[in-house]
Amino acid sequence: MSNAATMRPGRPALPEWVRRLPEYLTIWVPLLLSAAHLVSFSLWTIWISFTPSTLVPVAGWVGLRNYTAVTASRNWQIAFDNLLLFGSAFVLLSAATGLILAILLDQRIRGENVLRSIFLYPLAVSFVVTGTVWSWLLNPGLGIQKLVHDLGWTSFKFDWLIDRDMAIWTIVIAAIWQSCGFAMALFLAGLRSVDPDIIKAAQIDGAGPVRTYRRIILPSLWPITVTVVVIQLQFAISTFDLVRALTNGGPGIATQLPALVVYDLMFQRSLLGRGAAAAVLMLLILLAVLLPYAAWRYIQRRRGAHA
Amino acid sequence: MPDRSFAPTRILIYLAVFLIAAAWLAPLVVVVLNSLRTNEEIAQGSMIGWPQHLSWSNYAAAWSGFCVAETCAGIRPYMLNSALVTIPATIFSTLLGAIAGYAVSLWRFRGDNWIYGIVTLGLFLPQQMRLLPWTIVLRDIGLINTLTGLVLIHTIQGLSFTTLFCRNYYVAIPHELIRAARIDGAGFFRIFWRIILPLSGPILIVTVIWQFTHIWNEFLYGVTFTTGQQQPVTAALIALSAAVADIPQHGVQSAAVIIAALPTLLIYLLGGKYFVRGLTAGAVK
Amino acid sequence: MAALSIRALSKRYANLEVLKDIALDIESGEFTVLVGPSGCGKSTLLNIVAGLDRPSAGTIEIGGRVVNDVAPKDRDIAMVFQSYALYPSMTVRQNITFGMECRHVPKAEQDAAVGHVAKLLQIEPLLGRKPSQLSGGQRQRVAMGRALVRNPLLFLFDEPLSNLDAKLRVEMRMEIKRLHQRIGATIVYVTHDQIEAMTMATRIAVMHQGSVQQFADPDTVYRYPANLFVARFMGSPPMNTMPARLEAENDGPVVVIGAGRPDELRLRLRGYDAAAPFVGRKVVFGIRPECIAEGSRTFSSEAPVLVEAPVELVEPTGAETMVLLRLGGEPAMARVSPDIRPAPGTSAAFALDTRRICLFDPETERLIA
Repeated sequence: MSNAATMRPGRPALPEWVRRLPEYLTIWVPLLLSAAHLVSFSLWTIWISFTPSTLVPVAGWVGLRNYTAVTASRNWQIAFDNLLLFGSAFVLLSAATGLILAILLDQRIRGENVLRSIFLYPLAVSFVVTGTVWSWLLNPGLGIQKLVHDLGWTSFKFDWLIDRDMAIWTIVIAAIWQSCGFAMALFLAGLRSVDPDIIKAAQIDGAGPVRTYRRIILPSLWPITVTVVVIQLQFAISTFDLVRALTNGGPGIATQLPALVVYDLMFQRSLLGRGAAAAVLMLLILLAVLLPYAAWRYIQRRRGAHA
Repeated sequence: MPDRSFAPTRILIYLAVFLIAAAWLAPLVVVVLNSLRTNEEIAQGSMIGWPQHLSWSNYAAAWSGFCVAETCAGIRPYMLNSALVTIPATIFSTLLGAIAGYAVSLWRFRGDNWIYGIVTLGLFLPQQMRLLPWTIVLRDIGLINTLTGLVLIHTIQGLSFTTLFCRNYYVAIPHELIRAARIDGAGFFRIFWRIILPLSGPILIVTVIWQFTHIWNEFLYGVTFTTGQQQPVTAALIALSAAVADIPQHGVQSAAVIIAALPTLLIYLLGGKYFVRGLTAGAVK
Repeated sequence: MAALSIRALSKRYANLEVLKDIALDIESGEFTVLVGPSGCGKSTLLNIVAGLDRPSAGTIEIGGRVVNDVAPKDRDIAMVFQSYALYPSMTVRQNITFGMECRHVPKAEQDAAVGHVAKLLQIEPLLGRKPSQLSGGQRQRVAMGRALVRNPLLFLFDEPLSNLDAKLRVEMRMEIKRLHQRIGATIVYVTHDQIEAMTMATRIAVMHQGSVQQFADPDTVYRYPANLFVARFMGSPPMNTMPARLEAENDGPVVVIGAGRPDELRLRLRGYDAAAPFVGRKVVFGIRPECIAEGSRTFSSEAPVLVEAPVELVEPTGAETMVLLRLGGEPAMARVSPDIRPAPGTSAAFALDTRRICLFDPETERLIA
């Protein structure tokens, strides 16, 4: 038991900031690198989108010309329409499927853990693998259609993959298979966090299972639903790998999506200015989803703080 | 909702659940079966079918004999590339994220909220906004078309996730613990090493699983910043599909797909609980 | 020697002043309790003394050395926290030796120190356990062991008993007091519990809204509360306070409660010379519940003042009976013998101990006499 003051080794006293330099460096360098790259990269890409850059970045100012060129292009228009269709169909169907799965799993069924693992395993697999596998299954000459034909029903037709009008739905199918387990996991956590006393009270009030779900349990899930929808939308907006592996934007450009347009402009046509403009447009679409969400979260939190 | 009574509705519930589960498993089963069939057998029928006799040769071919583009070394070199990118990037981003999360949550310093706020914006910023700047940065520092370049990208970008995960975990640790340790004479690193790190087991597993899965499965950066022999396995799979478009070899391709998906599937099977926790932690941003 | 001197200390967060011009001198060997309601600044003050927070102005001296710019570890202090703050991943032994490990104390010396402290606190069988395997009282003991082993100039306790259940709290309270008597350490102890303050302290600093209201020994704080806040904060139930007037009669000052009412109460004061300037003015009259008792009680050789008062509510606690009554129309609590049970709604005779009355200035709320 010795006095703390006397135990200090007799080193020459270094200034405080020198002694603490290693910890300042460890704290600040990674955080600053991360923050700096996010800010500077975003600003730089925005700047490039206003320049006449093609093969290499060049200074200059062309106003909104890159933007008008992108939005006027058929490629982008199809991509944008596809995004609207794909985004809404995928988000709605995947949330609905996820919710149904969560409710089914919430019935205290045997083998819940195994079943949950089955619905979640696609999330561990890359979109490239998902896209490749579904491109085989949905290929009329190889997959489901061929199987049904071989079984004898030769008039059966399931050729969305090569149908210009239906091809986008193949991406919806693969995307739901890949990620509705995510919605299920969140919904299931939400269902399980409902106060069991409230459910007992509802049973004592004479509510059957259906009514209990409709009136008591599901209404409490809507904050989770908003979260699920926003995250799935964020995923839908940046979808790239899945389409590359499944349809590569085809047939023709029927399944083009904004992320593919960006890549095409930047690295295949070497139109950096337009590519950057398309990337900024993607960011704006994303902000159109995230900013209302952030505002909603802020209001929720304010209300929570006052309650 | 607890209802244990054995009624027709319960049979319907089981039926529905098992049918959907079968549908969810089907793609995996189909690919596994195909990987055991010969290319000729698949060509005669459809891709959905039972192998007439088990053929393991597809795996050997996919692993080391197959041709992608001009080289015929199977997907082994690309698997190696993916491992050489994923493992270091996972370790670096997790460690740095743990220290950053610790500093932000328990070691308040001037400007910490600001910088943390900016770093978490990285969760939302589309990759497309960073593609061109990364191209230029990598070219300027001579890391374009190298695995080191990919490690750098994934480490820095992964920090957004790892810092968030660890920070959210560490804020639950009572500040008094840090105060007690400071009075005991421990500094920033000793507190981290002796007190915080021993408490971090669960969150480090969650973070490592999350980062490993994401980096292994990542495609856009791989295909943008590397070419040919330097590509990770996701990019190689796409190149493989393109290369065999004329002479389909679906048995070998199936085997390649399985090999490429195996690391993350294994991690999922081993760390399922932590995998799900990472998903939900990522969701409550 | 002053073990701790705090001078002109203040702390501001943005535009909120949480500590205002604090000055305290604590002698070596004293057991000082900082007591006050939550948000009064007592924990902030303790953290500043520990060096875990910085003051906006003022100086702190520990053992005659100004420590404003000294790191917590070099201040020669030890601290026991409300949550105990035991390191969850370390054994009890490692928890106790961690500080010595940080100071590179030789292993043999560490072992000797742990052995000594473990024996003192009777925690020898627990040394190999992890904190999660300990009960609340055992954790408390280990936290004290971790502080004791440093043998510091100053011990700081931050509400160390508030996480224990009532029975254990009383036991540990006695144990800490016994420990203080045995090792004669200098202790600064923060609590919101006035009973802890009364029972353990050699001196109490009552804090409210960032400043020290009174700094004195427990008896003085109880008997002569410096102001209305202290009067109402210390004691359970607190001192009865009510508006009154001070008037002069031929043989001295008289305090009048409910002046003009039919049940007006007039009490003659003796030995309250300091109240003379307030004659003819409003005052706040204060009387402790135990100074109002059943009519048969005698407080001293002097005959007590007897009053007839309406009873509103009776609360028997077993050891005593609390009676809510009205004095000159103002509500007051009385502490009567356990077997006395006046019926609510009736009137009963009560004896008042008028020597222990407190008078406060209604403007400044300070004690007049």
